[in-house]
Amino acid sequence: MSKNGKTRIPDVLERHERALLTDWLVNQKAAPTYRPDLMKEGELQEQSREFIRLLARATRDGIMDVQQPQWQEVRELLASISRSRGQQGFSPSATATFIFSFKEPLFAYLRREFESDPKTLLENTWAANVLLDKLGLFTAEVHQQAREEVIRRQQTEMLELSTPVVKLWDGILALPLIGTLDSARTQTVMENLLQKIVESGCETAIIDITGVPTVDTVTAQHLLKTVAAARLMGADCIISGVRPQIAQTIVHLGVDLSAVTTKANLADAFALALKRLGLSVCKDTVKRS
Amino acid sequence: MDRIPILRMGRFLLVSIQVDMHDRLALTLQDDLTARITETGARGVLIDISSLELVDSFIGRVIGTIASMARVLDAETVVVGMRPAVAITLVELGLALPGVRTALNVERGMKLLEAATGGKPEPEGTGDAGSEE
Repeated sequence: MSKNGKTRIPDVLERHERALLTDWLVNQKAAPTYRPDLMKEGELQEQSREFIRLLARATRDGIMDVQQPQWQEVRELLASISRSRGQQGFSPSATATFIFSFKEPLFAYLRREFESDPKTLLENTWAANVLLDKLGLFTAEVHQQAREEVIRRQQTEMLELSTPVVKLWDGILALPLIGTLDSARTQTVMENLLQKIVESGCETAIIDITGVPTVDTVTAQHLLKTVAAARLMGADCIISGVRPQIAQTIVHLGVDLSAVTTKANLADAFALALKRLGLSVCKDTVKRS
Repeated sequence: MDRIPILRMGRFLLVSIQVDMHDRLALTLQDDLTARITETGARGVLIDISSLELVDSFIGRVIGTIASMARVLDAETVVVGMRPAVAITLVELGLALPGVRTALNVERGMKLLEAATGGKPEPEGTGDAGSEE
């Protein structure tokens, strides 16, 4: 800081605003993370100009802590830039480079300004360095948060998507399970199935686990719970799609599935369900005219 | 005191639980039902719990014991119309009611009872409902 305790950064920012912007844009376009295919040049220019303007305003009070209320506007701008870049598909380092690439032009103009005064130059360069590092880290953080939000939303969407209950025949429901069964999913699956049993009055439900990659004791426990709950309501469950490896695992783990009817594939289970209803499928031998 | 009505339908007894069960009500039902089975010589009991929204471990256990007691008295028990939430609760409580027959609704429960006790229900008015076949 200079003698009066104030930083000179805002003066430099204001005096050389246009030149800084031009140099900075050249720098950003030269960076390997520049992606003209993802983002228009005009947008980049607009964001850069706005950042320099807000940075000059925020540093005027000499407060260098970016968590302070004076920095509110800068933080909001950076947060919105990070979010939009996260959605446009930029990597976190590309987003942080937006800030870090501003160092070179800023340092160059600070040097030109205080060439005669090495002490002030050093102080201001250091202050600018720390400041831009903090802001860069802030963008990276926001970028990550935005990505995590996307992941969380996708998780809930998958949970809803992957548990459909389909009606195969009058009185036969099927529940094709895809993906790993954890406690939360089992709960949704169980509720969906039981609700559908009540609504449709179907007495047989086929739970197809062809799409379940592994069955451990917890998964087996969840399956047994679903079967037990369906039975309490008066519906029979058949578990189908047991692959050889899964059959081996279940026996090795000592899980007792003897109370449940199991079939190797959905077709067998469907045939059994039809048989229980007293129905059978046969080839039409009468020639149609 | 509240009582749950027990209706006689030929060889079977019909119990419809329309109110939330509390502990004393459940125990009274257990007493009444066992008494009625011996009195009428019923061959089957149908318990309709489609209006029951809340169960705890005690009520769940009483439903199980009623079924076991009825079996000792030579009557089949079918529990019908259990709601999904109730079924999930009972399973989570570890009460899968192993010996109890279940059905989706009263009609199917009756069919199940008829099949389990063998043949068509006896014509009405037969005084000696407990006769062995």
